[in-house]
Amino acid sequence: MKEQIAKIKETALLEIEKISNLQELNDVKVKYLGKKGELTSVLRGMKDLTPEERPVIGGLVNEVRDNIENLIQIKEATLQEELLNKKLESEKIDITLPSTKIKRGSKHPINRIIEEVEDIFVSMGYDVVDGPELETDEYCFEKLNLPKGHPARDMQDSFYVDPEHLLRTQTSAVQARVMMANEEKTPIRVICPGKTYRRDDDATHSHQFGQVEGLVIDKDISLADLKGTLEVFVRKMLGKNSNLRFRPSYFPFTEPSYEVDVSCFKCGGKGCNLCKQTGWIEILGSGMVHPNVLKENGYDPEKYTGFAFGTGLDRLAMFKYGIPDIRYFYTNDVRFLKQFDRKDVE
Amino acid sequence: MKLSKNFVKDYVDIDVDINTLAEDMTKVGNEYDSAGKLINATNLIIGEVIECKEHPNSDHLHVCKVNIGKEILDIVCGAPNVRKGLKVILAQVGAELPDGITIKKGSIRGEESNGMLCSLLELGMESKYVPEIDKTGIHELPEDAPVGENPIEYMGLSDEIVDFELTANRGDLLSILGMAYELGAIYDKPVKEVDLKHSETDENVNDSFKVEINTDNCNLFLAKKALNVTIKESPDFIKNRLISSGIRPINNVVDISNYVMLELGQPLHFYDSDRLGERIVVRMAEPNEKLTTLDNIERTLSKEDIVISNGKEAIGLAGVMGGLSTEVEETTKNIIIESAIFDGVKVRCTSKNILRSEASNRFEKGLDPNRTYMAIERACVLLEKYADAKIAKGTVIYDKSDKNEKKIDIKFKDINGLLGMEISKEEILNVFRKLNFKYVENGEIITVTVPTRRLDISIKEDLIEEVGRIYGVDNIEGKLPVLPIKTGSYNKTIREIRNKMVTLGLNETMSYVLINEKEANKYILDSFEAIKLLDPLTEERNTLRYSMIPSLVKIFEYNSDRNNKDVSIFEIGKGFGKINEDYIEEEKLCVLMSGKFYEGVGNTRNVDFYILKGIAEEVLDYLGYNGRYSFVANKELPKEFHPGQTAYVIVNGEQVGIIGKLHPSETKEDVYVMEINLSKLLAKMVGKMKYKEISKFPSIKKDLAFVVDKDIDSQTIEKQIKKSAGNLLTAIEVFDVYTGNRIEANKKSIAYSLTFSDSKKTLTDDEVTGIFNKIIADAEKILGITLRG
Repeated sequence: MKEQIAKIKETALLEIEKISNLQELNDVKVKYLGKKGELTSVLRGMKDLTPEERPVIGGLVNEVRDNIENLIQIKEATLQEELLNKKLESEKIDITLPSTKIKRGSKHPINRIIEEVEDIFVSMGYDVVDGPELETDEYCFEKLNLPKGHPARDMQDSFYVDPEHLLRTQTSAVQARVMMANEEKTPIRVICPGKTYRRDDDATHSHQFGQVEGLVIDKDISLADLKGTLEVFVRKMLGKNSNLRFRPSYFPFTEPSYEVDVSCFKCGGKGCNLCKQTGWIEILGSGMVHPNVLKENGYDPEKYTGFAFGTGLDRLAMFKYGIPDIRYFYTNDVRFLKQFDRKDVE
Repeated sequence: MKLSKNFVKDYVDIDVDINTLAEDMTKVGNEYDSAGKLINATNLIIGEVIECKEHPNSDHLHVCKVNIGKEILDIVCGAPNVRKGLKVILAQVGAELPDGITIKKGSIRGEESNGMLCSLLELGMESKYVPEIDKTGIHELPEDAPVGENPIEYMGLSDEIVDFELTANRGDLLSILGMAYELGAIYDKPVKEVDLKHSETDENVNDSFKVEINTDNCNLFLAKKALNVTIKESPDFIKNRLISSGIRPINNVVDISNYVMLELGQPLHFYDSDRLGERIVVRMAEPNEKLTTLDNIERTLSKEDIVISNGKEAIGLAGVMGGLSTEVEETTKNIIIESAIFDGVKVRCTSKNILRSEASNRFEKGLDPNRTYMAIERACVLLEKYADAKIAKGTVIYDKSDKNEKKIDIKFKDINGLLGMEISKEEILNVFRKLNFKYVENGEIITVTVPTRRLDISIKEDLIEEVGRIYGVDNIEGKLPVLPIKTGSYNKTIREIRNKMVTLGLNETMSYVLINEKEANKYILDSFEAIKLLDPLTEERNTLRYSMIPSLVKIFEYNSDRNNKDVSIFEIGKGFGKINEDYIEEEKLCVLMSGKFYEGVGNTRNVDFYILKGIAEEVLDYLGYNGRYSFVANKELPKEFHPGQTAYVIVNGEQVGIIGKLHPSETKEDVYVMEINLSKLLAKMVGKMKYKEISKFPSIKKDLAFVVDKDIDSQTIEKQIKKSAGNLLTAIEVFDVYTGNRIEANKKSIAYSLTFSDSKKTLTDDEVTGIFNKIIADAEKILGITLRG
């Protein structure tokens, strides 16, 4: 009987060795270990053995069974792996084929600039405020020290819809609204980005353009505060090495008034075609809030001072992204729009 | 304002390069457009033609010998007026002329030529200033012109000019004298006196001439009389200075009135006294009053125009243009000189309608009454000298002007406080001295007397600006205002909507608010009145848009024409309209989609209604309106929309927008648009975001399909299903719509997948079957639809 068992073991091992698929493996399993399998029939013949022989033979059968089972398991694992590998092989794709395009949209460059400006000033505690684009003559001009017939109204030829309403020529109109709404409370710290309109249309002027206005009112606000604030803004926006130059100018709503030039960010101030060899680029109008404007909007000019500034968003965007023509912003060619679809460097 | 350096040097002794002068003026706030020489040509010399023969190989060229003193040059010249004995301007070899022309030695049709004879046009002078002969030939110098010398200097044209773009407040700089004060302040130089001395006859003008002012719009009017004038050409210095300043010389008398205006900033008017008569009446025009102005055009006036009359009829438009009937002519003998101040606002309005002139520009900016007095005397000085005039004694005066000098008190600390600087008292006082402002120092207070020429200075801040201008603010150390720390705020919702649209794959546009009136009335559901401009730039842009759809459609067309067919764009902006006499301005979100939405190999999806609807739902759900909106078909649609593929967007029962396909008559492409009124939408409150317990018990899914008439929409069925099912139905989804030959022709099959769950217990099959059967029974009973067999 021992020999018979040894024989079974030997042939089983050989058979398992040769097996090449799971079906055959299963057949072998049944053949040797099944209810009617060869090892099982050996066990059945044990009743004819002597009580002394039984445990010996029983132990032997169990040993061989474990042995075979073990081998079958190993074989099965090998076969499973081969099968999986084959499947994976068959699933191979050409990874160089084009992707399925996940649509990525883009923000309009002027709105990108607005968001950037907003973030800078919000971080300094400014509130972003909004005002009507169809404004009254009173808020757009009269409350800003520009009475009817004032020659400086020529600087801002406007689109009226009736004698008292016009498309705002400047975001400064919001200054008056903010002051009136605050009823002499201080400090005021706001910016107002938005669309503005003037009767002007050529390669460098669009009848519609973006502007952002800033206003600070409190006790003891000075021109030095204005300069420091604009330095933070310009350096964040156009480069940390930017310098500012204040040139005296005239705006009816500020006194004193200054045009602000920034050192040319293309040549660093050495002189190039962008800055017309001057090393400076005009980017802002600014000044100390005119006492008449304070008074007209409910603030006592003897107690409070303030500064205001305004800059063209289109121009900022043109500089920042190197856009040569203001009309591109409003043409909205999708090949233009899609270029503004990524994170910019900080 | 063109500043002639020669002219201003009459009053202030400056000796700086013209470009430095322009830059120095810029630093104190006076920007310029250009700076340079009046005549920008080099290497010119006066020559005399000593021989002039016809060119052997040409029918119009001449071969000349020209004596330039040091040598005699062979020159070929094509001008018809070149002749022996003529004194000419010769550009020598190496000369540089305007427009980049350099004169080279050459041979013209076989004859040597060592230079070029020039006309003033070739030297860059504008044609309106050059003699007629220069337009067809070369310039003819007088017989006594000195051979060998510089012709530009000889003609007095060696001037340098800066063309300033002055700010609206600095009317005082519209005069040479004003410029002299400004330059005097910059370079710390004194300003010279104006020569006002002339002799007068015994006859007093007041005996024979009267002035009557019948309007508040003229507060100063002076008149003097100049007798026996000789009308002739002006002396060169007057002509050249006018040319340098951009005014064409005419004759000595007209030139003198312009010269004084340039010099002192006060416009003058000269009347032919014999044609004018014995008096002047200043009044407002009658409605529709007629007047023929100097340019021989009959003007129709309104009661807003100030006119000069002779007591019977209008003879001039005050401050703008004189009348033809009293114009100074070749034969004029006697002149009435007018020097007056008219209201700037009125002159501005009149000149806007008629003509912007050098004179009207000065009236608009405001005039100094002391200059009005100076100017009339100055005109007399020049008329006496250069027009042989005898000046009648006295002046006819009407004067209600304020000639007092303003006194302004200012503290030193106010100046440094507002500028944020530390300028010493000495430096501050030095600025006022340089500006020629008188001042009295009284401890911490300075009382500054502002000369009447500086109309722009009326408050202490104006003086602070002067200190900043002349002292310079280059050295200000920037600092940040000391204010309480707080967080700033901005409109986060709009920005989030923009971000949402971008992540959904749309490109943001920015388009013009002004569009054409016809366009402005398209695609619109609401009743409104379009707002039109009173004075549009073009008809294309004469109306404010109410909807942004017309703009986005235009953008689509632009792109489509350039073969950019896949367009998915959006814009957030304002729409304007008049509703019940009120102007309204509302924030809107507009989307337009066409072409492919996404694209992969063998996996491309074109935009259709459902993609756009998905985008709408994305936005509405994101904003928290889940479950409160619906898309509802409606027969009332703007005609530009496809009647079968368009819906109202309804939120909380109110229409807030429209979504759909454009009508094929609008565009041949498949274009889908949506517009949502964000002002209306965002006014609807949204609840706070809050966690909802997830059911711990398994849910049960069951499918069912109905066969229904094609006209019945899914939303109706869904609503009924939800109603029948109650709150154990947690989700309902359409997973198939079928039309085809396996069902009746005018029917469709819609298949729904229903999910049931209970957060408190495990649902039993029986419970779900019960609900399921009720759904089917209700559908049959209420909607009359049957389960698909």
